[in-house]
Amino acid sequence: MIFPKIKVLRSHGRQAIPDLDAVALTSEFRGRPELSEAADSAEQSAVEQAAALCPTGALCAAPLSIDLGRCLFCGECARKAPRNIRFTNDYRLGSPTREGLVIRPGDTHVAFDMTRVRPELARLFSRSLHLREVSAGGDASIEMELNATGNVNFDFGRFGVGFTASPRHADGVVVTGPVSANMVEALEICYDAVATPKLLIACGSEACSGGLFAESRAVDRSFFERHTPDLWLPGAPTHPMIFIDGIRTLLGQKKREQP
Amino acid sequence: MKYLITDNTSGAVRLEDIPELSYEAFYDDLAARLSEPRYHVAHYFAVPSGDRMRFYCLLLDDAEGRILVTSHAMEYYDATALPSLTARHAQMHPFERDITERYGIRFDGQPWPKPLRFPADRYDRRSSMDNYPFYTMEGRSLHEVNVGPIHAGIIEPGAFRFICNGEQVLHLEIALGYQHRGVERAFEETSNRLRQACLAEAVAGDSAVAHALAFAEAIERLTGCQRPAQLDRERAVALELERMAMQIADTGALSTDVGYQLGQVACEALRTMTINTTQAWCGNRFGKGLVRPHGSNHPLTAEKSAMIRRNVGEIARRYEEVRHDICSSPSLLARFEQCGVVPRDEMLRIGGVGQAARASGVARDIRTTHPSGSYAKCLRHETIVEQQGDVMARLVVRCREVLQSARHIDRLLAIYEEKYAATENPCGVPDYTAPLQPSTLSFGLVEGWRGETCHVALTDAAGRLATYRIKDPSLHNWLALALAVRGEGISDFPICNKSFNLSYCGHDL
Repeated sequence: MIFPKIKVLRSHGRQAIPDLDAVALTSEFRGRPELSEAADSAEQSAVEQAAALCPTGALCAAPLSIDLGRCLFCGECARKAPRNIRFTNDYRLGSPTREGLVIRPGDTHVAFDMTRVRPELARLFSRSLHLREVSAGGDASIEMELNATGNVNFDFGRFGVGFTASPRHADGVVVTGPVSANMVEALEICYDAVATPKLLIACGSEACSGGLFAESRAVDRSFFERHTPDLWLPGAPTHPMIFIDGIRTLLGQKKREQP
Repeated sequence: MKYLITDNTSGAVRLEDIPELSYEAFYDDLAARLSEPRYHVAHYFAVPSGDRMRFYCLLLDDAEGRILVTSHAMEYYDATALPSLTARHAQMHPFERDITERYGIRFDGQPWPKPLRFPADRYDRRSSMDNYPFYTMEGRSLHEVNVGPIHAGIIEPGAFRFICNGEQVLHLEIALGYQHRGVERAFEETSNRLRQACLAEAVAGDSAVAHALAFAEAIERLTGCQRPAQLDRERAVALELERMAMQIADTGALSTDVGYQLGQVACEALRTMTINTTQAWCGNRFGKGLVRPHGSNHPLTAEKSAMIRRNVGEIARRYEEVRHDICSSPSLLARFEQCGVVPRDEMLRIGGVGQAARASGVARDIRTTHPSGSYAKCLRHETIVEQQGDVMARLVVRCREVLQSARHIDRLLAIYEEKYAATENPCGVPDYTAPLQPSTLSFGLVEGWRGETCHVALTDAAGRLATYRIKDPSLHNWLALALAVRGEGISDFPICNKSFNLSYCGHDL
């Protein structure tokens, strides 16, 4: 009975990513887009077509910008207007402000304005951060990605960051999904149950803006009118590295170049 | 003629060609047919049109691979209660409950007249999440345990109420609807087909490929375009990759719940490898963006094809080692065997589908019974069936399906490498503007990793998508979970739940 286990272990080998800060994702991955202004009318009309096709209205043709808080990273606009829109594999997408998620021509980084981060966060949570996740209309892919942050590959627990079952044990709440109307009360109760000082993180483009369901009658965004997230993380779903990078930057453990 | 007969490779059907029966004729015929295990209902829904309400029913015949389409109708303001089919065939319950909840149509003798998902546009505004009518039992030795809507782990919300006698579960009732986002209405409110494709991928994010595929098939039937064979093959590869990833993930989840850490970490690593393979193909770990109507933005190249074959072979080899270890560990077998049993006749009665049904001896698999695309052409798919209906049987079905999917992928890509090495994009490019046939019903029927995924699209006279109805396999199978835990210790609920791993958002829409 021990031999099958030894076999599994031998094939398993060593799985943990040695340095999470040095991870580079595959070139196919669609992360931070780079924009350049339309040089002529042909390019301008291509950008306008792309904006008309955008499933969530994240792309604005004039003035040219992409709101990552709405973007589903489907990459369709980059196919319509390849000379003006290009998706890089940069996963450093988190921002402490909602407006920081808007990318304009020439931007080479997603802005991370440290002056907008509450100064006590690093002191309170940089050595241990336990979060309660609430899915409020999330489509399960994003929940699986958050689970993956703690798995044998990413092992975010090595930095003392993890998820906890009870809001009473939590330092903050991670919200996924557009916040369905049927879930808004439970979310509010859960957030209230977390002791202050606490963190609030909006994870995924649906949580940031409502995404595909921003206009739906079945969605109630009032929670985000009452409470302002400390960290906005785009993605559909949010790749584990977007989450890990966002938290580490928020806690001052990682620096991001300014655009 | 009571039914319009079609199959999963034919085109869309015109609304005027669908027979319209009286409710009595519909009731009698369906009740008789559903007594045979070869038939089950894939979808049954009501559509208001003007001053009428028309009910469409898609009945699947597993023995002959046919799809039987029929309908009945009534006046919009007709308040007569219809005799309930659920009273005779329990598998009709989610459909009748949905119709009642949306439009207030009453079914006489419906044994389980409860809300289904509390949609935003429900008929009875007084019915809300807070007053869900849970079943209750009286007794001095009984107690209730309420779980949810927020669960301990990072999963979607749903409320579970157990009635227990000591440790033993007498009854479990599952109240869903917390995830309702109005997906179907969002489909109907937009004419942007890319947005609709993205919506399909968001129905259930862990089955993004299956739902996107069902949407693409429904749309391609409506436009009447032929698909290139290579597109079919790549879609089948994507679907089987998704199946592998999720079956491996669930093997890991079951391992976690019984404290078998080696299996847990091994499966986590293997799942990462599987979804990273999908990511290296299309840029998204869940295959979002991969399936689009009429074509593909990510046609396989020779290098990618070789990469997928290599990775899949390695994953299958290592997963087989984990499977072997599970089967040779008596402490694991003691937890999995004889736990959460759903017998075959019960599974048939509730209309169970997918891998959960196959673990109970019900050979329902769209890839075999109603094949389309590559499954109808170059693949010989054999349904994997286990008889015991317990947690172990569901695990064994998963294990065998991972290895089977790996073989399918290898076979599909072998054809690719022989034929298409030099072609630029043999799949064609996606088309979001092709006009749809007016006044037509079309469907997409796909065997996702959970089971039968069915999308139905109806166009109006102007060729716009007027009604869109989605059925995730979870709609049937949630009841199977409730039945599985009856008589079990409540501490076995987590492994019963993981052995099904049903979708909340796919159910709630």
